[in-house]
Amino acid sequence: MNRTTSLLTGIIGSFALSVYALVIVPQQQLGGLQPQFTDDEGKIVDIYPIENDGIVKAGRAVYASEGCIYCHSQQVRDEQNGLDIERGWGVRRTVARDYIFDNPPFLGSSRLGPDLSNVGSAKWRNEPENEDADHKPAKRDAKWHLLHLYNPRVIVSDSNMPSYRYLFTKRKISGQRSIEALDVPVEDGYEIVPKPEAKNLVGYLLTLDKSHPLKEVKSTAPAVAAK
Amino acid sequence: MTAAATAPTPTTTAARSVDYPAAERAAIDASTRGPVLFFFSNAMLWLALATVLGLIASIQLHSPTFLADIPWLTYGRIWPAYTNVLSFGWASLSGMGVALWLLARLCRVEVKLPGVLITGGVFWQVGLTYGIISILAGKSTGLEWLEIPTGSAALMLVGYGLVALWAIMLFGFRSQSPAYISVWYLIAALLWFPWTFATAHAAHLLPGVSGVVQSLAAAWAAQNFQNVWLTAIALATAYYLIPKVINRPIHSYNLASIGFWTFILFSGLTGATRLSGGPIPAWVVTLSISASILLLIHIVTVSVNLILTMRGNYHMVYHSPTIRFTFFGAVAFMLASVIGLFSSLRSVDKVLHFTQFQNAQMHLVTYAFYSMVIFGAIYYILPRLVGCEWLSSSMISLHFWGAAYGGGMMIAILLFSGISTGLSLADPEASFIQVMEVSNVYQIGRTIAWSMVALGHLIFGLHFLLMLLRIGQPGGEPTLFAPIGVEEKH
Repeated sequence: MNRTTSLLTGIIGSFALSVYALVIVPQQQLGGLQPQFTDDEGKIVDIYPIENDGIVKAGRAVYASEGCIYCHSQQVRDEQNGLDIERGWGVRRTVARDYIFDNPPFLGSSRLGPDLSNVGSAKWRNEPENEDADHKPAKRDAKWHLLHLYNPRVIVSDSNMPSYRYLFTKRKISGQRSIEALDVPVEDGYEIVPKPEAKNLVGYLLTLDKSHPLKEVKSTAPAVAAK
Repeated sequence: MTAAATAPTPTTTAARSVDYPAAERAAIDASTRGPVLFFFSNAMLWLALATVLGLIASIQLHSPTFLADIPWLTYGRIWPAYTNVLSFGWASLSGMGVALWLLARLCRVEVKLPGVLITGGVFWQVGLTYGIISILAGKSTGLEWLEIPTGSAALMLVGYGLVALWAIMLFGFRSQSPAYISVWYLIAALLWFPWTFATAHAAHLLPGVSGVVQSLAAAWAAQNFQNVWLTAIALATAYYLIPKVINRPIHSYNLASIGFWTFILFSGLTGATRLSGGPIPAWVVTLSISASILLLIHIVTVSVNLILTMRGNYHMVYHSPTIRFTFFGAVAFMLASVIGLFSSLRSVDKVLHFTQFQNAQMHLVTYAFYSMVIFGAIYYILPRLVGCEWLSSSMISLHFWGAAYGGGMMIAILLFSGISTGLSLADPEASFIQVMEVSNVYQIGRTIAWSMVALGHLIFGLHFLLMLLRIGQPGGEPTLFAPIGVEEKH
């Protein structure tokens, strides 16, 4: 074998090894994953996860479009790999099955803001607010999220999250004030209401709940409040 | 002043492969002029855009209301636009230019039908422009590290195919054997890139591949982009320029050969460290960590080889702009590789994952290593294409000041802020919001550092433009920071 042949063989062979080990084998291992619908004893339980339809699909498009992923991850690591669970970001680590319907999955690699894997879970929704905040809606419900999107610093005074005011419109109040109108200062006779994008995004966020039990992973009891 | 600083002589190993008459070399250089100038000048425009986008993103991290009301300029779109412009605009196009010039010289063939290369460059950039507009318009794929929509990526791949085919043909028709080590790295780079890029897009597109495998494929492609494509081009360049300018053969050819084979075998297996601790099978991450550790062989061989080649000639860093930039890049390579190795270990990764440390690593490879080597190469190549030398050594000096000190400071800030944030968050009692408030201080430093980088790029851009207009010193003698006198030779 001359030098050129061995050079080309080496380059092509090393690429083949790389794509085989890091893409093809993982796909063979994970590609056939199905939702879980039985528990350990084979009893029929709730199907999890379910396909992303309706508001989830529409909200995911906004999440992708605005690049939420560059500051917020959606993956909870286990106890050996950091303090995500202790920090209250989830009751169990997230596994491949959690993401089978996500195209693409929003795993994220940077946390300039908190992890959002379970931001729609009952625990997060009902959690008391940051005690130092100037403005305290009772719960992290849709109203909280809309206000937070419109101006994060109304809720968390030193937040470095951008405002997404362009996902809202200011309009003249015709007749009665809309029930969707945000509770923010605005000139008389006007109101701030969310555009469909904002409503879809918040709707999606409130479905984010990766705490559903799965056979392949152990869950811990939700002991602490998220921080 | 002696001309030995850049004058090629037939005695060096590097020169051995280009051991042919000056007239023939000039003819080969001339045949690359059109396409290489085209790639360089377009790369410069993308660098200017990347500098601006990077500055906006940096400001937004400490002043979140900055340009926040313009959807096209929101941080979540500016950031991916910045990384893609930096990678596929500046880095890839300048790399194609350098690779073409090096291959023509080292294979001793003239470039025929340069129009094909320019057409390839046009396709690449039409695709890229459309891709960047899509990201800013909120129509990216939504998949981190693979944001450019598939249609744009397809156009880029067509353009790339033309460029790579022409470059590999230079290798096929070479009249110089055996091939120099730089040629090995360049051929590896040219053959690897399109397949990783295409495979990752296919993984995103194919119906059977859903969920985390898409992320894994994107992480793998992004890692290969940095650790194979960019690294191979920059090492090829350093292996050519350093021996050439200091006029001495590469220290050990065997060492270079061992380095190449460990590089090609292990680099492509390191990608899964980007998802360390994530919802992917643990064995994939373990494999990538092992490959990162084994890459140590490559790091050591390349470092030892370049350091021993430089031995006794460190004063050239003081005189030659090409050596100052290239050697800075080589040192950054060593640093980036060692940091990459340690941060891949699980015990370190669990603290640093998700912090600015990752960002620091990206800039160490893409900027402090790759871009600095390419700046060095442009300082070397451009005079040979336009026929005059760089006008002002002070302008080169200022560019180095901005790029090395500004870039170095930014990376140091990112590394430090990553470590400090990671350690603070290792305390479960620490509130996430409060830790993030502390890290805001670092972001201000980062904006200051990036402004220095921007100033350096502005001066470099101006100097580059003057060269295109043939405004410079008369050709023949390279523009040096300081003349090489007898008293300088330690």
